[in-house]
Amino acid sequence: MDTIFALATAQDRAGVAVVRVSGPAAHSVGMQMCGTLPKVGSFAVRPVSSDGDLIDRGLVLTFAAPHSFTGEDVIELHLHGSIAIIDRVLDTLSAFDGVRLAEPGEFTRRALENGKMDLAQVEGLADLIDAETEFQRAQAMQTVEGALSKVVEDWRARLINAASLLEVTIDFADEDVPVDVAPEVSALLESVMSQASDEISRSYVSERVRTGFEVAIVGLPNAGKSTLLNALAGRDAAITSEFAGTTRDVIEVRMDLDGLPVTFLDTAGLRESDDQVETIGIERAIARAKTADLRVFLSENVSDLPLDPLPQDIVVAPKADLRTDGTGVSGVTGAGLNALVQEVKAVFADRATHSGLTSRARHRTSLQSAVTAMKDASRLVNQGPEVYDLAAEELRTAIRSLEFLVGRIDVENLLDEIFSSFCLGK
Amino acid sequence: MKHFDVLVIGGGHAGAEAAHAAARMGARTALVTMTLSGIGVMSCNPAIGGLGKGHLVREIDAMDGVMGKVADKAGIQFRLLNRRKGPAVQGPRAQADRAIYQREMLAATQAQDNLTIVEGEVVDLKMSGQKVTGVELADGTLLHSTTVVLTTGTFLRGIIHIGEEKHSGGRMGDKASVKLAERIDSFGLPLGRLKTGTPPRLDTRTINWSVLEEQQGDDEPAFFSFETTKLAAKQVACGITHTNERTHEIISKNLARSAMYGGHIDGTGPRYCPSIEDKVVRFADKTSHQVFLEPESLTGHTVYPNGISTSLPVDVQEDYIHSIVGLETAKILQPGYAIEYDYIDPRALDASLQLRATTHLFLAGQINGTTGYEEAAAQGLVAGINAACLAQGREPVQFSRANSYIGVMIDDLTTRGVTEPYRMFTSRAEFRLSLRADNADQRLTPTAMDLGMVSVQRRALFDSKRDALEVGYQALSREAYTPKHISRAGIAVKEDGTRRTPYQLLAFPDVQFKDVVRVQPDLSAIDRPIQIQLARDALYANYIDRQQKDIDRIKKDEAHVIPTGFTYAGISGLSNELSAKLESARPDNLAQAARVEGMTPAALALLLAKLRQHQKKSA
Repeated sequence: MDTIFALATAQDRAGVAVVRVSGPAAHSVGMQMCGTLPKVGSFAVRPVSSDGDLIDRGLVLTFAAPHSFTGEDVIELHLHGSIAIIDRVLDTLSAFDGVRLAEPGEFTRRALENGKMDLAQVEGLADLIDAETEFQRAQAMQTVEGALSKVVEDWRARLINAASLLEVTIDFADEDVPVDVAPEVSALLESVMSQASDEISRSYVSERVRTGFEVAIVGLPNAGKSTLLNALAGRDAAITSEFAGTTRDVIEVRMDLDGLPVTFLDTAGLRESDDQVETIGIERAIARAKTADLRVFLSENVSDLPLDPLPQDIVVAPKADLRTDGTGVSGVTGAGLNALVQEVKAVFADRATHSGLTSRARHRTSLQSAVTAMKDASRLVNQGPEVYDLAAEELRTAIRSLEFLVGRIDVENLLDEIFSSFCLGK
Repeated sequence: MKHFDVLVIGGGHAGAEAAHAAARMGARTALVTMTLSGIGVMSCNPAIGGLGKGHLVREIDAMDGVMGKVADKAGIQFRLLNRRKGPAVQGPRAQADRAIYQREMLAATQAQDNLTIVEGEVVDLKMSGQKVTGVELADGTLLHSTTVVLTTGTFLRGIIHIGEEKHSGGRMGDKASVKLAERIDSFGLPLGRLKTGTPPRLDTRTINWSVLEEQQGDDEPAFFSFETTKLAAKQVACGITHTNERTHEIISKNLARSAMYGGHIDGTGPRYCPSIEDKVVRFADKTSHQVFLEPESLTGHTVYPNGISTSLPVDVQEDYIHSIVGLETAKILQPGYAIEYDYIDPRALDASLQLRATTHLFLAGQINGTTGYEEAAAQGLVAGINAACLAQGREPVQFSRANSYIGVMIDDLTTRGVTEPYRMFTSRAEFRLSLRADNADQRLTPTAMDLGMVSVQRRALFDSKRDALEVGYQALSREAYTPKHISRAGIAVKEDGTRRTPYQLLAFPDVQFKDVVRVQPDLSAIDRPIQIQLARDALYANYIDRQQKDIDRIKKDEAHVIPTGFTYAGISGLSNELSAKLESARPDNLAQAARVEGMTPAALALLLAKLRQHQKKSA
């Protein structure tokens, strides 16, 4: 078996750089580079050398299988974050026999294969590393900790319990067995179904937390939408001019609103236009505004616009700097800007409280097919023992869907999909 | 000196079926049994079939095997279990007359071409290196054979317990062959220990039948063989009685004297067929258990009280029997006893039931850790066919989980092993809806025909049924009718404008064949048995389409064959625990590897990658 290594921190100048080595040769390689290793489960400062040539002095951590991230023998070298030091250490490592640079995601793959994590946890880890905001971090962490897997395993256990009740009446019909299992089976199905359905609706919110909420800024041409976007971004993201119809394409600015990932969209002003390019821009603006999670109408009178605000949408008067009543928002002076941001944040913070344990379409699809099968099973169970064979079949389908979710079966393609989203060394 | 292609040791259910299968394949076959009267003995309850088990018998019959035909001749009460549940989970069962069964099995065996019956005791196997080449009999005779099928049941260190008394032996009255056991020990195979029990047998003339509830057979018997059309033996009723608090009190008081509870037995017993001691202890709140009184024969006087197997001493057996209603003065003809025995971990076998380490030696039946006549016979069939294939230089025949209960059992045994005596259940078959007792012939007879092991009349029967099914299916699917037309015929359907064929209508659980005849009158021309099967196919059609995807996936995985010498140790990323499990299970292909206990999807993907590497290297 190969021993693998990689830089675990970002590839740039930094205070500290961590190089991780995992596999059967990890300890012997460590001893050849550092003289002696700290005892297992501890750390100490050691010289790191190549053929007697001192490269750096760093903190060395020793882990022994199976008590490590990958479940193998592991050492970690915490070095000074210099590009030259890192290059030299990686070169030295690759010169050992049976030691090579890790492939993308290989550390995590080994952790998975050695039973240190399940699939859902691995996906959570990918999200955790990609997390930019506090809400994203908290959500991903929950998955890494196995919250989803735990819930799904619990559902699975209940469904297996329900299936076994049905099977008893089928396979032991000739013996002394409980006759009416329908109430117990139905109760088990109901409990799992309602929780799974709830999880499905929450997953849409979670998906938003993971990918970001979208806010479309809409209004008439020259209402100051681009100016507002630039003020929100704190930079010139969109071109502004006194000419109406300057913005043609949709411009996005991604922000962290107290831990919530929010993308503001600047769109073309909505009006009748003879300009072919502007007309395309307007169509695009309307389409994006409709699919966005929230719309900010920068408008005195929304009936001027070819789009109606939905219940939580925000309507605010444009160009507060030119007004005297103290209302509205201005990208030029910043008036009303903070109030607008607070309002947007309040809407999403409320929605985010309904987030669930999963944020992935793959999970949702599995849950959905499990729920569909459970509904069918439930209906059949109520029809009576004559169709228990069919009910049992639906239950098997439901159980298989849940197993697919946590990656117990049919995982070949899934693995490729998951591991392709990893960069080296994570 | 005699030379055979296939030599079968043991004339029980596994042995008989193995010998017949090999002989039908055209192999020169010998069946070695201690006595002629040992062929076709039902040593436990006098019944064949049941849930899952009935499927096995139908499958054996679909391969033109003997068990189903003999059981039909010996059947003295036929009942289709789960008659009111879906057709996929219905199982044919019959009380069998022990004497008729034995007589008919012997007659069929004597009449079989290519099959020689040898009376004698096998005391040793003849070896050439790691290969078996024949057997030695107690009188010194040597019999050479290219392959040997061992079906010796519980003979490996079998110990019979009646209370504190114990003696060694196979079943009651069988001799134990020490030298043969030593030879098998020398192979160093992994062994386990199991136990099983029997009830005391009663004299029918001493039972007060007049106070007992009667259980009759079905008016329209469901036979085991696709060839059987009418009853052969006189039909009888069984009696039903119950244990009571007094019975349970006697048993509780004497538990310490029971072999199983007194600490005399170490083997694991089946959870689903507990002794009366087990029932009283484990289900202490139940004050009564059902007991079926099953006549063993039309001519003898023995009754088998099903549900009260025991290893208590004889005097306690008498006491508790007499505490049961109707049995107050019943005379025990043979006391109940428990038997414990060694079995060979079936993971030492490949999917053809040949030992991996000692070639040309096949094992079938109870020696592989199973229980039940049907499980034994089905294994006998597999071993007999494959022994013949090996002797004749043909490719082994694999039964798959997707095509048969036989395949499910062989796969369970050889990849998962057993922890208690293995019995078939319908819930073990994930493709249960397509693996029905009624379509066993559709699933397996073509394979048997390819192997050249079916009779001329069986082939003709099968061909005509297949044609009738095809014609019937075409008639049912030819035309789609409007909801209006269908409603007029008295079937409630949604007025959604969708046209439906009679076949699609039959998928509704409450629509029967007679209903669709009103939709399309010419369907009445279809024969009734064909109608029944078409209706069943239609009922499950949607589910079967869905299952087909899973079946295809299994087939794909089965195509990834794992080479015999494949080493798991040292595969990067495979845990030591798992590689040890794979090393001992030795799966033949990726589908089997997936079912090894503790297998993870990631490990499976890894294995697949390694197999591809392996193929590239060897290509």
